[in-house]
Amino acid sequence: MNVRKVDSDILVIGGGMAGCGAAYEARYWGKNLRIVIAEKGQIDRSGAVAQGLSAINTYVGTQEGENTVEDFVQYARGDVMGLAREDLIYDIARHVDPSVRLLEKWGLPIVKDPKTGRFQREGRWQLLIHGESYKPIVAEAAKKAASEVVNRAVITHLLKDRTDPNRVAGAIGFDGRDGSLLVFRSKAVILAAGGATHVFRPRSVGEGWGRTWYSPWSSGSAYGLEIEAGARMVQMEIRLVPTRFKDGYGPVGTWFLYLKSYATNRLGEKYEDNRERLRPLVGSYADAKPMPTCLRNHLMIEEMKEGRGPILMHTEKVLDTPEKVESGWEDFLDMTVSQAHLWASQNHEPADRPSEIAPTEPYIMGSHAVNAGAWVSGPEDIAPKPYRWGFNRMTTVAGLFAAGDAAGGATHKFSSGSFAEGRIAGKSAVRFVLANAHHTPEPDSAEIERRRQEIFQPLENFHLGRPYITEGTVSPLYLYPSQALKRLEKIMDEYAGGATTWYTTNATMLERGLELLTMLREDLDLLGAEDLHQLTRAWELTHRVWTAAAVLRHTIAREETRWPGYYYRSDFPRLDDAAWKVFLISRYDPAAQTWTIEKEKVLGLGG
Amino acid sequence: MPTYVNPKLCKNNAKCMEICPSDIMFVNKQTNLSYNLEPDMCWECFTCVKTCPEHAISIRPYADISPYLSEVTVLRDEATNRIRWEIRYRDQRTVKTFDFVIRTTPWGSIPIPSGPDPSDPELQSELLSGEWEELPHGSALSLDSRHRRT
Repeated sequence: MNVRKVDSDILVIGGGMAGCGAAYEARYWGKNLRIVIAEKGQIDRSGAVAQGLSAINTYVGTQEGENTVEDFVQYARGDVMGLAREDLIYDIARHVDPSVRLLEKWGLPIVKDPKTGRFQREGRWQLLIHGESYKPIVAEAAKKAASEVVNRAVITHLLKDRTDPNRVAGAIGFDGRDGSLLVFRSKAVILAAGGATHVFRPRSVGEGWGRTWYSPWSSGSAYGLEIEAGARMVQMEIRLVPTRFKDGYGPVGTWFLYLKSYATNRLGEKYEDNRERLRPLVGSYADAKPMPTCLRNHLMIEEMKEGRGPILMHTEKVLDTPEKVESGWEDFLDMTVSQAHLWASQNHEPADRPSEIAPTEPYIMGSHAVNAGAWVSGPEDIAPKPYRWGFNRMTTVAGLFAAGDAAGGATHKFSSGSFAEGRIAGKSAVRFVLANAHHTPEPDSAEIERRRQEIFQPLENFHLGRPYITEGTVSPLYLYPSQALKRLEKIMDEYAGGATTWYTTNATMLERGLELLTMLREDLDLLGAEDLHQLTRAWELTHRVWTAAAVLRHTIAREETRWPGYYYRSDFPRLDDAAWKVFLISRYDPAAQTWTIEKEKVLGLGG
Repeated sequence: MPTYVNPKLCKNNAKCMEICPSDIMFVNKQTNLSYNLEPDMCWECFTCVKTCPEHAISIRPYADISPYLSEVTVLRDEATNRIRWEIRYRDQRTVKTFDFVIRTTPWGSIPIPSGPDPSDPELQSELLSGEWEELPHGSALSLDSRHRRT
């Protein structure tokens, strides 16, 4: 067994938008510090932006006088039905515009309005970009900033200090290419790993299984690592169900916002105008402008359930100039080539006929229009006291920082906000390291040994079990990660509010789901991996199962339907501000192996 | 879909394996040719297609949703910083081409970030690198005195 030890002052786990921002900013303020990035893929094309993006969805435009930071806070909070950390959103909003200008300086092509010379608006908060190379550009900056980038590093667990079980001392995992055990020791760790796809069964089947809306390599590692380390988690019950072009999952933002297209049911009715349908469920939230994303989903879902689908995006009404046609196609080619290919394969001409849109399967994330993740300390100058216990973006585990999908509470970060939040966490981690210069955390060698055995157990399981079958994938002694993943997806889909139940669940279904998930958790000890690729899948699955466990427990605890359109509690079908305008915070106690869930007040800025 | 590899063009340089975000492009050690090991975990992100210097990799769209015979090809060039797409419809008559800029600066031109010494009081502020240069413009950060630590 080859063991590779990598020491650093700051370890960044995950080299996506947040991780690259963190490394860049940490290098700026910590010129003499050793900064290491551990990346599961290859940093030039890793993370959710690997394919590219056609828009930057968060640019406030304060300098241009377009919006204030407060405007953005109000919008983002409203879109998640009031359950958001204003201090964290405000912090991102005040840093996101300079972050976008930094991206432009590095070479990201941002479309300008020829009349004003300003960034071209796609919508109130969105900018149009030529973003095919968004990720490799940002990765270039991170590679220059980092002392070392360890690619193909599959991080399986965080490591704790041997003298303090609530202090991070590094992380452990393996090299996905040569199979070495990787032991990272670090004074601070910035967790910038990905959100979770493939927790719920995707609508696609067969080959298309990989065509989830968010990238399939976003395996919930952010949550798996945080939960098992005992960090407090927030908003793990909220799920994102984005509306996208059916099957290809092409984005709809450019079409709705920039090209001014609109959606109807099959009868040509603009179903979104029917706000009164929302009032019995959500009361005065029915009047919220703009209409929160979940409520727009709800109106669409009702149309489909009542048989007035398919829902049609009227592309044919708006493609009246060559420039608009080009914008429409570039929207797909920059970030979801599959959608362009799907149209071509079906001889679909968007200028001639409408295209179906539909709600996808649910996703667990902290970076898009939802805010799952670790409960983090807020900025010192504006965070309410109960939200402040350490440096900005530090989790409830000392020395462990979070950004992007990994940090809960703030919402509507998207790529630019995740990048900005990574920068915030990067500077903050430097302050932490300099303030704790006297202490170097040291992992417990017994823990490292225990993890080593655990990490490689699936290879051993396969090796031992293989002689007992002639050939094939069916063994009574081990199960493949893909087999267990399908069980996870089926449990979550059918019991926790997936697409096949129209996102509906209740206490009985959730308790049954938890019972089945517990047995799946036990079966993870039987995972078999015939090679390092399968071993990577085994650990991705394990992180997804941790994520699912938190999702189920949070969903059981919240006895209301806060976000109709994202999920429904059929036993508590209405939004209930009097009892439930609170955050739910869960914690898994690693020593006792028990979960607790508490309520936390929702406080505004300075509150 | 997933990607597939043309055996006449693959030169066993393993670049697809190095870059694939989904960890599904591998070199078969017997044939020395690359292949997609796990097509149902392919996002059709085109990363390997763009990266392969031999243009050996193509995408045949997901069989469960896409009829056959359409084709999407791409050429990405870091010297000119352009990307060119060609979309050929199933009907074999409709062809759409697009050409976009991918970057406005040369590759490798981003400077290494270099900030002040750790003793600098700005380290204790909420400002991120470069932001004070924007402060004279006023509203850039909403970092008015209320938000500055003194």
